[in-house]
Amino acid sequence: MPSYVITEKCDGCKAQDKTACQYICPNDLMTLNRDLMKAYNQEPEQCWECYNCVKICPQQAIEIRGYQDFCPLGANVIPMRGTDSIMWTIKFRNGILKRFKFPIRTTAEGSVDPYKGKPEADMAKLKQPGYFTTAKAMPVIKK
Amino acid sequence: MEKETCTFSFCAKPAIEEVETDLLLIGGGMACCGAAFEGARWANPKKMRITMVDKAATDRSGAVAMGLSAINTYMGENDPQDYVKMVRNDLMGIIREDLVYDLGRHVDDSVQLFEEWGLPIWKVGDDGFSLDGFQAKEAGKAMLKDGGKPVRSGKWQIMINGESYKVIVAEAAKKALETNRAATGVKQNHYERVFIVKLYKDAKEPNRVAAAAGFSVRENKIYVFKAKAMVLAAGGAVNVFRPRSTQEGQGRAWYPVWNSGSGYALGLQAGAELTMMENRFVPARFKDGYGPVGAWFLFFKAKATNSLGEDYCANAEALAEAKAKYGKYVDALGTAIRNHLMMRDMKLGKGPILMRTDDAMAAINKTFKEKLGDKEGAKKVKHLEAEAWEDFLDMAIGQAGLWAGKNIEPDKTPSEIMPTEPYLLGSHAGCAGFWCCGPEDLGAPEEWNKKWPAGSYNRQSTVKGLFMCGDICGASGHKFSSGSHAEGRIAAKNAIAFIVDHPNYTPTIKETADHLAAELYLPFEVYEKYKTYTTAPEINPNYIKPKMLQTRLQKISDEYFGGISTWYMTSKTMLTEGLKQLQMLKEDTSKMAAGNLHELMRCWENYHRILSVEAHARHILFREESRYPGYYYRGDFDLVDDNNWKCFVNSKYDIEKDTWEVKKVPYVQLVP
Repeated sequence: MPSYVITEKCDGCKAQDKTACQYICPNDLMTLNRDLMKAYNQEPEQCWECYNCVKICPQQAIEIRGYQDFCPLGANVIPMRGTDSIMWTIKFRNGILKRFKFPIRTTAEGSVDPYKGKPEADMAKLKQPGYFTTAKAMPVIKK
Repeated sequence: MEKETCTFSFCAKPAIEEVETDLLLIGGGMACCGAAFEGARWANPKKMRITMVDKAATDRSGAVAMGLSAINTYMGENDPQDYVKMVRNDLMGIIREDLVYDLGRHVDDSVQLFEEWGLPIWKVGDDGFSLDGFQAKEAGKAMLKDGGKPVRSGKWQIMINGESYKVIVAEAAKKALETNRAATGVKQNHYERVFIVKLYKDAKEPNRVAAAAGFSVRENKIYVFKAKAMVLAAGGAVNVFRPRSTQEGQGRAWYPVWNSGSGYALGLQAGAELTMMENRFVPARFKDGYGPVGAWFLFFKAKATNSLGEDYCANAEALAEAKAKYGKYVDALGTAIRNHLMMRDMKLGKGPILMRTDDAMAAINKTFKEKLGDKEGAKKVKHLEAEAWEDFLDMAIGQAGLWAGKNIEPDKTPSEIMPTEPYLLGSHAGCAGFWCCGPEDLGAPEEWNKKWPAGSYNRQSTVKGLFMCGDICGASGHKFSSGSHAEGRIAAKNAIAFIVDHPNYTPTIKETADHLAAELYLPFEVYEKYKTYTTAPEINPNYIKPKMLQTRLQKISDEYFGGISTWYMTSKTMLTEGLKQLQMLKEDTSKMAAGNLHELMRCWENYHRILSVEAHARHILFREESRYPGYYYRGDFDLVDDNNWKCFVNSKYDIEKDTWEVKKVPYVQLVP
């Protein structure tokens, strides 16, 4: 289900420090055409439809259309990803609409403090099972 | 046929940056994020440098890039010994029980951290119904670490709102790397869009890894990372067999399309011993969209039947027939056996196989209304419908699009399920990977720990300083996302111990940086040398572009090594012929051609795929039985033969001679 970029909406992220879709695509597909200052999917048959480009686009210029080797035309699945939840609008080929909203995280973005309240690593335990966070003795296999 | 070489006569020489570090993390998925988090805590007081290299952006890299709707490994109230029994059953009796138990006793800590970092986890409400991550928080439900009760979709699985699962886990890893920069004064220790192509051995210590070379996918630059130890977690292999979908649909593989076998190829080229590479995974999933079926089976209690409405797993004739060939393993009805029974019906023309989502929803509707009355019952059903859609929207969005495109409402229409093309992996319901050292305290044979040739460090491969985790630590499947994170932590901690024990080591390699650059940029040189010979750059007798390299590989695997076109059937004669074809493909890789950095990555990814498939085929050829019916069959040995083959199959590749050594290694049962 390859991503496509709507010409009118894409501004090449010219006001941003980086082209968002090009930055995030896990498979290096989204590419900025510097002559046109518009992004495009350079290899649609390697697209996993992960929607990361769709979710990150500040202009909402990217959508996904079904792989045409098995998906009939006419449907659409559109996300709106906020800071703590995501809204989905699903349009069926026959016009049925479904809307869902799901949580995505319970903490503010960027607020993770990984070692806060955690013990220091005890070097004496470096060669024992367990992590630096492990307080109790680790169980072993009972015969 | 003469080999091509790169002397930078045609393509421009890239900039070369050499980076010295102590612990190098190759990959940016769940496993390496775990490695960064655990590793930095142990490394910081000793001012040891940790460096992470990811071929994508870590926020959305690896197998969890899209998100997940469940965490499949959380012990909670369960005993890790029962976890070992489940994994052993599902993987047809042969696993490293020390590694699996070790994972089971460690994994919950990672899951509890995910929740602390902000991952919403479903909890059981006072009325017994599920609360999503927000509702649970509002209702004041305890966190997992304080004994909170998660919603179980199966004995080992818990439900989550996992759209941002990877973003959250990456945030913790990136912060951990930040603390390491602060502790060591290193300016940069996180490289995104750098693709590692090859590992290099130490110039003085022949069985020790010393360096990794890769290139930027964004600028003309080669990186050479020299390290005292490495944690390798570069994933399994997808699109190695011809996929069912064609043309643009090829991207809709079940396993993430960017996992190109780099984990296997990097390790095996360094001479690390492999184990159980004959194993593969063929998941039965919703047809074409490859959306998850687990929640439908386990959570909504849906049944899969053939088109006559019959449960193909309860057909007495089929079960008796399977039992005659595959013995006691049929009774446990593991994933492979269920696939086998499904395919039997498909071959008899009883397809399509259908997931009866409509019946399941009707049953739920009835129960809820009886229990709660019409109004409240309908409300709960609506909530459940949202949960069913979230299952797709969190982790296989395209499946939601496909249902919408085909006007499929799950409460009205059943959906087709289908076995996919084969994938190679070791963290899901598969166990292909490297032979690794285990912990010393679980009663395993000393050959698996104290007498480990490279030294006893948990998750170390047979190469000194090279640690494996996630999809590529072998014979220990069913880790999934949480287990991969947990295993990355174990590997990193032990890698730090290894570095501490070898204080006077400085990595050196015999190859010069210029040599490495020439090796990695060969596909550019080939392309620039010949591109003007023809009027269309795609068609040229002097080179092969990455797309056709992948296509040829997929055709060979599919036709000779038991892909979809032979219903996963192969044999000694087929494998032998296929390996001949594969050898010529391997030779042709000296003529890979890349027109840009993106294609250069695709060239090397496909090279990694070829090596992964070769290991797979050689292991299947060596094991003279059909250990995983439903995943693949040896037509010449269509049985499970415990008398001769209840053992590991291990192999080692010699990169200088281009030869393989394959052998049996005894299986030892640790959990009664």
